[in-house]
Amino acid sequence: MKATLILANGAVFTGESIGSTEDVVFELVFNTSMVGYQELLTDPCYEGQGLLMTYPLIGNYGTNNEDDESDNVWVKGLVIRHLAQRGSNFRCTSTLNDYLIRHGVTGIQDIDTRSITRMLRSEGVMNACITCEESYDLQAILAKLADYKVAGAVERVTSSQISHLEGKGPKVAMVDLGEKFSVIKRLNEKHGCDLTIYPASVKAEELLSGGYEGIVLSNGPGDPSECEAIIAEVKKLYESGLPIFAMGLGHQLVALATGAKTEKLLYGHRGANHPVRDLARNCCIISTQNHGYAVKADTIDPAVAQISHVHVHDNTVEGLRYLTRPVFTIQFQPEMTSSTLKPDHQLVEFIRMIEDNKGGNRNA
Amino acid sequence: MPKDLSIKKVLVIGSGPVVIGQAAEFDYAGTQACRALKEEGIEVVLVNSNPATIMTDKDIADHVYIEPLNMFTMEAIIEKERPDALLPNLGGQIGLNLAMALHEQGVLEKFNVKLLGTSAESIRKAEDRQGFKDTMEAIGQPCITSKVVNTVQDAVDFTNEIGYPVVVRPAYTLGGTGGGIAYDEGMLREICDRGISLSRVSEVLIERCISGWKEIEFEVMRDAADNVITICSMENLDPVGVHTGDSIVVAPTQTLAAKEFEMLRTAALDIISALEIEGGCNCQFALNPESFEYAVIEVNPRVSRSSALASKATGYPIAKVTTKIALGYTLDEIVNAVTGVTSACFEPTVDYCVMKLPRLPFDKFTTAKRTLGTQMKATGEVMAIGSSFANALLKAVRSLELNVHSLRLPKLQALSTKQIWDKLFDVDDERIFVVAEAMRRGITPEEINRITKIDIWFIDRLSTIVKLEKRLAQGLPDEKTLRFAKEVGFADSFIAELCGCTRIDVRELRRKYRIQPVYKKVDTCAGEFDAKTPYYYSTYDTDNESIPTDNDKKVLVLGSGPIRIGQGIEFDYCSVHSVWALRKLGYETIIVNNNPETVSTDFDIADRLYFEPLTPEDVEHIVELEKPCGAVVQFGGQTAIKLAKTLADMGLPILGTSADGVDAAEDRERFDEILNICQIPRAAGRTIFTTEEAIAAANEIGYPVLVRPSYVLGGQGMEIAYNDDNIRDFMKIINLTTQEHPILVDQYLMGLEVEVDGVFDGEDILIPGIMEHIERAGVHSGDSISVYPSLNITEEQKQTILRYTRDLAKHLGVIGLINVQFIIFKGEVYIIEANPRSSRTIPYISKVTGVPIIDLATKVMLGSKLKDLGYGVDLYPEAPNYAVKMPVFSFEKLTDVDTNLGPEMKSTGECLGLADSYSQALLKAFKGANMKVPKKGSRVILTVKDVDKPETVELAKEMLELGMDVYATRGTHAYLTAQGVDVKFVHRLGHGHPNVMDMIQSGVVDMILNTPSRTQRPTADGRIIRRSAVEHSVLCLTSLDTCRAILTARKDGRSEKIVPVDLTTI
Repeated sequence: MKATLILANGAVFTGESIGSTEDVVFELVFNTSMVGYQELLTDPCYEGQGLLMTYPLIGNYGTNNEDDESDNVWVKGLVIRHLAQRGSNFRCTSTLNDYLIRHGVTGIQDIDTRSITRMLRSEGVMNACITCEESYDLQAILAKLADYKVAGAVERVTSSQISHLEGKGPKVAMVDLGEKFSVIKRLNEKHGCDLTIYPASVKAEELLSGGYEGIVLSNGPGDPSECEAIIAEVKKLYESGLPIFAMGLGHQLVALATGAKTEKLLYGHRGANHPVRDLARNCCIISTQNHGYAVKADTIDPAVAQISHVHVHDNTVEGLRYLTRPVFTIQFQPEMTSSTLKPDHQLVEFIRMIEDNKGGNRNA
Repeated sequence: MPKDLSIKKVLVIGSGPVVIGQAAEFDYAGTQACRALKEEGIEVVLVNSNPATIMTDKDIADHVYIEPLNMFTMEAIIEKERPDALLPNLGGQIGLNLAMALHEQGVLEKFNVKLLGTSAESIRKAEDRQGFKDTMEAIGQPCITSKVVNTVQDAVDFTNEIGYPVVVRPAYTLGGTGGGIAYDEGMLREICDRGISLSRVSEVLIERCISGWKEIEFEVMRDAADNVITICSMENLDPVGVHTGDSIVVAPTQTLAAKEFEMLRTAALDIISALEIEGGCNCQFALNPESFEYAVIEVNPRVSRSSALASKATGYPIAKVTTKIALGYTLDEIVNAVTGVTSACFEPTVDYCVMKLPRLPFDKFTTAKRTLGTQMKATGEVMAIGSSFANALLKAVRSLELNVHSLRLPKLQALSTKQIWDKLFDVDDERIFVVAEAMRRGITPEEINRITKIDIWFIDRLSTIVKLEKRLAQGLPDEKTLRFAKEVGFADSFIAELCGCTRIDVRELRRKYRIQPVYKKVDTCAGEFDAKTPYYYSTYDTDNESIPTDNDKKVLVLGSGPIRIGQGIEFDYCSVHSVWALRKLGYETIIVNNNPETVSTDFDIADRLYFEPLTPEDVEHIVELEKPCGAVVQFGGQTAIKLAKTLADMGLPILGTSADGVDAAEDRERFDEILNICQIPRAAGRTIFTTEEAIAAANEIGYPVLVRPSYVLGGQGMEIAYNDDNIRDFMKIINLTTQEHPILVDQYLMGLEVEVDGVFDGEDILIPGIMEHIERAGVHSGDSISVYPSLNITEEQKQTILRYTRDLAKHLGVIGLINVQFIIFKGEVYIIEANPRSSRTIPYISKVTGVPIIDLATKVMLGSKLKDLGYGVDLYPEAPNYAVKMPVFSFEKLTDVDTNLGPEMKSTGECLGLADSYSQALLKAFKGANMKVPKKGSRVILTVKDVDKPETVELAKEMLELGMDVYATRGTHAYLTAQGVDVKFVHRLGHGHPNVMDMIQSGVVDMILNTPSRTQRPTADGRIIRRSAVEHSVLCLTSLDTCRAILTARKDGRSEKIVPVDLTTI
């Protein structure tokens, strides 16, 4: 079936429908990873967004029951060059097309994804829609696109209730702003954290009275500055002096809670090849990233926090170390990095911080 | 970390002659490295025995030594040049081994030369089998169960423990030389015996056979600050068992889910960190397709064929960055030259599919076994970039220049389905075609996967192609089908073949429907940043990124495609030099080529690079878009020449010699007419099409005759026939590939062969030098030892050669280069052939005479006159030095190819000996070719055919005078003793012991002279002896002339007086 991708700037691309055939409107972003489409589709950070994969051959290894990053597919529309009809992998349980249909995701293939990428690169991420209607009203669609905004995303992706994963290590509370299974797994299974996961609406008081030794603020979708209620709670957590590790959206919220500002990047950082400089260790990390907003460097109060990581390409803030509290935050994903620093060394560091903090308290 | 300022002068070692397993990729890497060094203001000393390389140019290095790559000369050069440091990891295995030897033997320490980049300790850890295994074990990286052994018995004992089959891998050899898979004890003994003798350290690795697993490669990079990145992942379509150099390789990996990908990527980065590599490194893995189980196969701590491929596939200049890292820079301090803004510290990501196909030599070695295994056989490779797997694959198939434009092979179509099914079990170069044919016959992807172990994803992609073939066979396609066919990668010519029309019909149909390719950029970043480098590939999309300039001074330069026997690296040298000359003259240059190993496809050589097949259709599209003012076809070998007519038909001016001039040289009748006008004698000959005509012509001329197709390179399909039966045999082989052009039958004159390259401007000619071949006519010029200045040509003959060359050039309408081969037979100069294009001798003759031939030819093509160019006209004064160009063969890689020299070219590369005397140059050349010149006490066996016996007398006498221990087989022995030459007797095969074979196998022989009679069966004694000699690394000569030369080198050459010559000082 024919499908059409219409961009807010009026560009129209005709291709073939994949997945669901329902019309969808979204904010279109591109990701340059060459593998990992299943993980991306289920990453809550994509709530409200359409995902364009710059790599042209998608679906090659199908989908399986193990690699989802959450219980839902959050990507609203998938834009790709070629869909593999068959998935070839020993763990494959379904083709990508069946997976998309099952999760009600609308998609389009057989279009010039590179030219769209180039458009987004120069004009910035923009709203778009996929329609399978043969005759559509372009003006009406463009009007709809002009009105669309990703809002209230965190509320939609956060868990509805508290869950607990037992562990022998430190007692850690995580505020789920849209966290991925892989990070949760690492904290719990690999690092042994006794992890309690709270919905985003949790009050600081509840966490502070829960006997936790550290707090994790997760990654998540949307514009950080609109999360005013959460920011207020984060501020209290920050003031408490409890060790905090935050990533992605969490990192932005801590910055906002301490007086810094965030900005929307033209087309964001989405891919598995982003170099980040660790300023303290003076080395580079190749990181996986997935964000459209960043903390503005010139709004950070140097008495409050120090920039610990910057993006090698555009010098945007990729990490902050707070000077008066046991708090450090990173913009990128902690679980898939490469450097001499072992993968997820940030998580290791967080756990060490908890230990140090305990020691400090005892001394006090 | 800033660069190390103490380093002001760096020694770079090249990889020597092109052999199978070590081809042009190291010229590409070395040239890029030298340019990176010069960019840093560092003085470069370059040593390489291969004169056809760009790296040995005066423009690339400050001091150039074209010298044998051995300890003796290296030490002499180091002593003379006193470099501060040595860059060891850019000259392939040869360069690395030599650097290690220099380190181990204390030469570097003695002269205070620092080893740059990866430390010797790390190199040893990666290269030494046991050391590597230990390191992998220490960091928890799984290796395949294996053991290093030094004796055949140990190999057998160990294999009895782990079970057959096992893989045998000799240590320190390149391209897996001497390795193989053993299925039983007999095979194991045979392979081990050979492997141990070939290994520098006499050891082989016996390992568990994991054939059927996926073979995955990662190119990774590390700097001294411990930053690590992945450049490119690659997946072999052929499962483990086929050497990666012979495999169909696709980048990035296609069938790995994120988990497996991440697992192997992490493993590669852990390995490079543990080994403390500084620079580029290649890691090969085997991955069980049914689990997460994997094993590390091999690590190459240097730039390699794979790194060249990874560079071209992603746009990331691995050799350049490796060099900068060696100088002390960290990755984040190096700018990504492709985007010009981002840092080199990132991982390239691609938004296309890259395909590499090996170029195998079976079109030339028609009798060789096509089976592929752990020993590499490919001479070169092609790369194609497409928007899909099928598209890239079909482009790559076209790029091979094997007269195939699709996955359909006529010879397979003729087989029964049962035969096709059986053939699926054969692992050979035609497997991909067999798989496609199997699908046409309805054999299911599951069944094909079960037999071949090729991942079903790949097989599925082929089914798209096969299904589309069926659709197109129904007649002229509608717009939608045609567009789809072009997207899938079908050539117009193949669509035409399927629906029964001509390529032009399909082209017109496409034009009617406005189906034209657009060009996308290779930018390292999948479009995330705006790239500065204009490096393009075609797709059938709407958005074209290649925006031509409105410059009216732009020239298209056609490259020479894959490296193959007969068309090697020399032609890339010529293309690149032409581009440089044009750029200096203010022209914009556009290069089209598909060989990832070459300098010409580096992103900053031409102004614009199109990585595309060199076929009429693909080139037409580029011309339509770019609208250049002219095209250069003289420098890209036969590949480019073949396209001259297409370009001319499009109305594009061919700069220099016109397409018509090319045709006049190739068309027998027209050429004869010109010879008549110029009064140039040639051997009698005829043009024929059928076997009957050939026999009639041969009988009319008189045997022996030379039989060959016209429009060939490297004497492809050329043979000497002595009788009607020979003709019938050769015609059968020639007709295996479709012949569009007639076949030539010529009288065979046995005389002194002479070759010249000239530049002609329409009035005057400049001949930089006359080269004389050591082997008499009958041995292909590419396989002959060539000497400059000539030794046996009289002044009068030289003047005749000059006149003939000039007259020919004039009457052929040559503007630019002409290469002419002559025979001096009984004092008369005869012409053999003339080629109005560059030749394989151009690089070497340019270097030893100092005449920049390509530069002059390019200027002449654009209208300059030789008189104004400062190098004079006619014969250029002879250089004071002697230069001997020596062919180098790869027979040890091609286990069933006969080594005898004849009219069909067999060498894969060459080296040069340069000295102030002929004998000294000869000695150097033999050493450069790694041929052990026999000396006093050396044991020699003579076994020659009857006609050669009289001449052998002198040779045998000379050997005895030189104190050699000379043996001869029955006939030769009888003749020599009758002539009073006292040689010892040795049995022929099957006539008692000890026989020739016993002597070879026991390793007591140093040299064999065996001249084969022409009409030999593959089972003949001579052939068995020659093969056995190769396998036991015994020097085996098949020409009396080569033997005479080697004796001259021994008699008059002085090993201890070898003096390295800096080419830049002469």
